[in-house]
Formats: sequence, C-alpha cells, structure tokens
Amino acid sequence: MSGIMYDIWTVFWRDLIVLRRRLIKYILSRMVAPLMYLVAFGWGLGRSIQVDSGTYLEFLIPGVLALNSMNISFASVMPVHAERVYHHSLDEYITAPIWPGAFIIGKVLAAVLRGLISSAIILLLVGLAGTHIHLTPLFLLVLVLNCVIFAEIGFNAAMRIDTYEEMSQVNTYILLPMSFLCGTFFKTTALPEALRIFIELLPLTHTSYLLRGLAAGTPVALSSLAVLVVYAVLCFWLGQRAYRRLIY
Amino acid sequence: MSAIDIEHITREFTHRTAEGKMGRKTAVNDLTFRVAPGEIFGLLGPNGAGKTTTIRMLTMQLHPTSGSISYGRLSTDHDTVAIKKLIGIVPQHVNFDQDLTVGENMELHARLHHLGRSERRARIEELLDFVELREVVNDGVRRLSGGMKRRLLIARALIHRPQVLFLDEPTVALDPQVRRRIWQLIRHLAREGVTVFLTTHYIEEAELLCDRVAMLSQGKLVDLDTPQAYCERLGAFTVEWQQGEERSYRFFPSRHEARDFVAHMGEADEAEVASDDVHVRRTNLEDAFIELTGSRKGL
Repeated sequence: MSGIMYDIWTVFWRDLIVLRRRLIKYILSRMVAPLMYLVAFGWGLGRSIQVDSGTYLEFLIPGVLALNSMNISFASVMPVHAERVYHHSLDEYITAPIWPGAFIIGKVLAAVLRGLISSAIILLLVGLAGTHIHLTPLFLLVLVLNCVIFAEIGFNAAMRIDTYEEMSQVNTYILLPMSFLCGTFFKTTALPEALRIFIELLPLTHTSYLLRGLAAGTPVALSSLAVLVVYAVLCFWLGQRAYRRLIY
Repeated sequence: MSAIDIEHITREFTHRTAEGKMGRKTAVNDLTFRVAPGEIFGLLGPNGAGKTTTIRMLTMQLHPTSGSISYGRLSTDHDTVAIKKLIGIVPQHVNFDQDLTVGENMELHARLHHLGRSERRARIEELLDFVELREVVNDGVRRLSGGMKRRLLIARALIHRPQVLFLDEPTVALDPQVRRRIWQLIRHLAREGVTVFLTTHYIEEAELLCDRVAMLSQGKLVDLDTPQAYCERLGAFTVEWQQGEERSYRFFPSRHEARDFVAHMGEADEAEVASDDVHVRRTNLEDAFIELTGSRKGL
C-alpha cells in the first residue's frame, strides 16, 4: 500500500474499530428517527395523500434517505471537534508524519460508511414493508456524494468552531431547516419563490431531486449531480485548508 | 553537532488588553540555546513563563513569530516530515483517544509512524513491559490512574524510536512514588542515547534529573548551566534565617565560612535574629532560581 493510502487507511481504521465496537447500539439508535418519519408521515399521515401518480410513502422514502444520510454523516465527524478542542487527541495526527489530506479523507470515508449503513437499514425496513424502489449504481453514487458533502461540512465546523454551544447551533440553524425544506417532505415548488431559489442552491435539495427521480426510474437532471460534485470538491478544499492551519 | 539548535525564537500572540483593545503579547522572547545529543535538558520556570509555548514551537505545533529551529541539518522550515519522524512528544495534558483501548492507542501511533505489522506488535509489547502496563493492554484509557496515563504517554511517544523526546511537565500532579518511577524511565532513556528535553516547574525534578537547566522567566532565558554550576556560582552553602517578616539568605563557598557567619550573627544582630531559627544547608537550584529571577512565584 502506498504511503498516502496507508495514512488514509490508518485514519479510517481507527473509526472502523470504534464503529465495530458499537455497531448494534449504533444501528438501533440510527433506526429511530427515520422510522418515526416513515411511520408518522408515510404510513400514518401520508396514507391518504397522493403525490403525482404514486403514494406519499414512495415520495417520502428518497427524502428520508437524503436527510438521514446527511444527519448521520455530519454527526459521524462531530467527535473530531471534541478531539481538537477538549481531548486534544487530534494532536496525535497533527504531529504525525502523514499527508494532511489523509486525515480528512479517512474521516469522510468513515462517515460515508456510517451514512450508507443507516441508509441500508431504511431501505431494508421499507422493503420489508412492501415498498420497492429502483436501486441503481447512480442512486448509490448520489447517496455517497451526499454523505461526503455533509461529512466535509461537519469537518469544517469541527475545525473552525471552538465551543460545543456553537457546534449545536450548526445543527439548529443549518441542518434542521435543510431537513424540512430541501424537497425531503414536500416539493420545493410549494415554497415562496425567493425561498425556493435559495433552497435550490443547497446540496440536500439536489440529493432529494436525484434520489427521487432515480427511485422512480424517471430521468434526472445531470446538473444536480454536477452541483453535488462541486459542493464535494469545494468542501474538501475548505476542510483541508482549515486542517492545514493546525499543522506545520 | 547539536541535537537541537534554537536561534532567536520569539512567539507573539494577539490578545485583548485590560482596556479591551487588541494588542500583542510576547510569550517567548528571543530564546537562543543548543541541546547536545544524549543529554537531559530541562526548561525550568514558573507557570506562564513560556515553557509550553517553547516546547510547542520545538515540536512544530506552533510557528515561531521569528527565529529558527533546527535538528542537526534539518530545519523546521523545510524538513517537517523528517523531523516529525525524529521526535517523540509527551504532552502536558493526557491526550489519548478516549474511544480506544491502551493497546489500540499504541497501535494508532505506530500506524501513524508507518511501522509494519510485526514490528508494531513487538514494539508495543516491549514498551508496555517497559512501563509496566502490559496487563491493561485491553482496558479503555479512561480506566487508567493518573500515573498509568503518564507512563502510557511516555510509552506511546517512544514507539517509533525517536532520537529526541520532549516531555512537557511529565510529573505534574503525580504522587512522589510515581514521579520517581517516571524519573527512572527518563534516566533509562537517556542512557540508551535518547536526547531528552523536558519542561518542569518542579525545582527538585530539574535538579535531580537534568544535565543542564535553562531558566525561563516571563518568556526570557535568564540563565543556562548545570544544576551543580548554578549552586557553586552562588555559593555551595546557604545560611537561611527569619528576619522580621521575611526569610533572609546568604551564600558561602564553604560550610566553614557559613558557620563563621552564623557565629558572628548574634553579635551583629542580636535583637532581630533568634539563634534557633538560623540554618546552614547546601545551596539548591531553588536558591539559584530565586536569586536569578527575584521571584518565588509559581514555584
């Protein structure tokens, strides 16, 4: 294995150990929120709602996948904040002779793994309930990109924010509004025009569009995929910049 | 060739003044000294003297505002990866990965320093034996006592066989037995040829452990010498007594001269000095530090 790949694997290996140790607890805890959304809005409230030619549940599942993978991947990187500010265990990486980019890539890959596990749980649950969606490689790619973007956003927050209180504000002011407004629970066309234009700029909106289209087997806009790629590259660049400030 | 060459390093921070304005504060001011290979070098000073800032600059966790640091022919400006391989760091604060066990913390460090699998395993076992922590290899680091954590920090820093080991306040807040155990470990490392650079605010630690001691006060290097030389320069024997509200000290090259002084004290100052409160003792590093910095503060 080359030096850079080995460094990435080392960072990923550490998160894999922690995940393996807590896998059952992790799976159970990650099932709660999406299950509530599906039960309340899909099987409960949504049973009487028709969207386009399908059921509301079919409309809802891609949205729940998008917001759940966002939340999980963001939360997976959150401990880096405590490692930097409180435990100082980040110093181990900062003082190690490794390529700086390896740290962010290793952390993001671990977050992607967690995001995909929780997405697989949701797909399994809805599959068991009798709802089927078209799973394609592109569908998987979009999910991965969504995890990458929000893991990178979490990494940026962890590198730049100095207190727990401010970290929780990221959740309150950024993730929570996105969870509800970015085409997850309803179409963005229902929003006022100015708000809709703003919402169209956010990555979760494009993840919702893409997942919904791909799940239904209808054509999707490649421009949405391009938006996700741009976000992924931009957030990586910003994250690496923030991390490099800490190292010599 | 020196193990470490420090040339005129200064570190300034921005801070808010008492008046609420932004200003600059100098934490370390124009330090210049050399550390020889294989020596135990101590940086002694009260809290806030700039010891941790200095060690963070030497270990490349902080850029100096000006000045240069080199390890042999390697400069911290250009050869960061090579220097990171060369040095080991025992930080002041315990900084283990709280989610990993003792063995996993060791393995993470070994992997970050690119040790192969078999070397990794052998080295971890060897070092856990060295610091007598083999039996807790599968315990979470949260469960270790303060002394065990300190020993583990040392073991972890040694995994990649560093040539220079930095220890920032290695025995702070430890009980005397553990402190002495850690001193033994440090002496053992120095005998093995590792250059040891440590900061401390414990006078006794610097005096008993270090080959040379640099005294730091308010970010400035006050003096640099061996502990014995500090005491001899001042006078190997000290007369100490209570005079009014304050302790007074006089230093003499020999015990004989110190006793002569005591014998004549009664005649000169009978009213103020009680004869049972006059002590003759060997001069120590604390006396030298106080004479040089004019302060007992923080010690």
